[in-house]
Amino acid sequence: MQASVERVKTPYGIEQTRVLLNSNYTAAYAIRDVGVDVIAAYPITPQTGVVEKLAEFIASGELDAEMIHVESEHSALSAVIGASAAGARVFTATSSQGLEYMHEVLHIASGMRLPIVMAVATRALSAPINIWCDYTDLMNARDTSWITFIAYTAQEVYDSLIEAYIVSEDPEVMLPAMVAYDGFWMSHTYEPLYIPVDREIVRKIVPRRSRITLDPENPVTMGSIVGPDYYYEIKYQQVVAMEQAYRSVRNADRIIEDTFGRRYEPIEVYRVEDADIAILTYGGIYGTLLDAVDRMRERGIRVGAMRIRLWRPFPAEDLVSKARNISTLIVVDRAISFGASISGPVALETIAAFHRVGSSPDVISIVAGIGGRPVTERDFEGMVETVFKLGRRAREIGTLYWGVRG
Amino acid sequence: MKSWRELPIGGIILEAGNSVKRRTGDWRVFKPIIDHDRCIRCLLCWIYCPDGAIRIVDGVYKTSDGKLWSLSFEIDYDYCKGCGICAEECPVKAIELVEEVR
Repeated sequence: MQASVERVKTPYGIEQTRVLLNSNYTAAYAIRDVGVDVIAAYPITPQTGVVEKLAEFIASGELDAEMIHVESEHSALSAVIGASAAGARVFTATSSQGLEYMHEVLHIASGMRLPIVMAVATRALSAPINIWCDYTDLMNARDTSWITFIAYTAQEVYDSLIEAYIVSEDPEVMLPAMVAYDGFWMSHTYEPLYIPVDREIVRKIVPRRSRITLDPENPVTMGSIVGPDYYYEIKYQQVVAMEQAYRSVRNADRIIEDTFGRRYEPIEVYRVEDADIAILTYGGIYGTLLDAVDRMRERGIRVGAMRIRLWRPFPAEDLVSKARNISTLIVVDRAISFGASISGPVALETIAAFHRVGSSPDVISIVAGIGGRPVTERDFEGMVETVFKLGRRAREIGTLYWGVRG
Repeated sequence: MKSWRELPIGGIILEAGNSVKRRTGDWRVFKPIIDHDRCIRCLLCWIYCPDGAIRIVDGVYKTSDGKLWSLSFEIDYDYCKGCGICAEECPVKAIELVEEVR
């Protein structure tokens, strides 16, 4: 950490210090500040820095936690499931194949209603082997009943991990949560951010709460077999918990704002008020998109930017109300749902959100940035130009594969 | 039948030891039968039974050739799933698995 001398007191009275960190190290600082009991993880690029830094914190005594060395991601998540069931506050982190290898256990973590928190540095999936960023790994975990944040700055990684514990441990929620950010584009690039000087403030806003745990004094059985007579009802509890999670995330947003003065919303927008066309995306490329919007605005194009920050539960109502005046909405996905009628997972979700209210802008699905292919300001400008040029056809094509060599 | 509101979160079972309420004997296809004349009372079946369905019964048992034992075994068929581990482990092959007709 390059701790600078600059210390800032927020209007809220919390003293914060400006540091320069990549998103992996930021995640580790957030976990140190929240205070966890057990960490288990298996190294995979580009996530490894998170647990390396946490191991340093444990070695230096800055974090009092057990680090369990495991032989795989399947075991990593299984180990934290056991620890969480026994009452520990836990953390793990992974990427790509590691997240896939965890897949069946992801369902067990959520089905057992354990407040596990995980960081995901997103990365493309093999084969062919590719260690660079896209979001196909995260999108594959879409239906696992994990609350999912997608951050676009290191600052947001820090704040979202704190929120993840607030939400997961909410007695009305009790679901695991993951915080995703771009592999390499964020995991390995340094950004300035603010962290509190005294970490006790973080521990205060994420208080320890009692819950049902494995306790020999009060024996219970978790994860037992349930037949067709009750399984459906138990899964429906998760449906309700996910709905509660939205309310809980908004509450956590308020806590972060009241404590640190930073404001988050499930759908963030930029210059959409008078926009005819907007681009919706997620993750680190939103920063690039903001610059692209400014450049296009200088050329007189009435364009805006939107970002989903919360992927599960999907903030459908926020999206619909914030895109109310947009006539064309381009959704840029860095993931492919092979064989789907619309290949962009977030584009599909966006269309479904508008379907519920009966009216919709023209939603254009664009796939870009696959396997770490850069998405620049010029790309976003080109997308808008192409969509204008194609007119109605842009929608009929289904999905535009931006930049693929023909 | 309970609604989703009435069930413990995640289907957690709050009542300890409630597996006795689930009689698993009807899962059985092969029923173990102990030949108490051949049995040498080594207790291996009792140790290996994964369901604790073999009970030690105190009392004098006299074999057909006049040998006396101070204990015997009894299989609790309400819970024996017929896995056959007892028959496999028995060193004197005193447990036979008989197909049950239903």
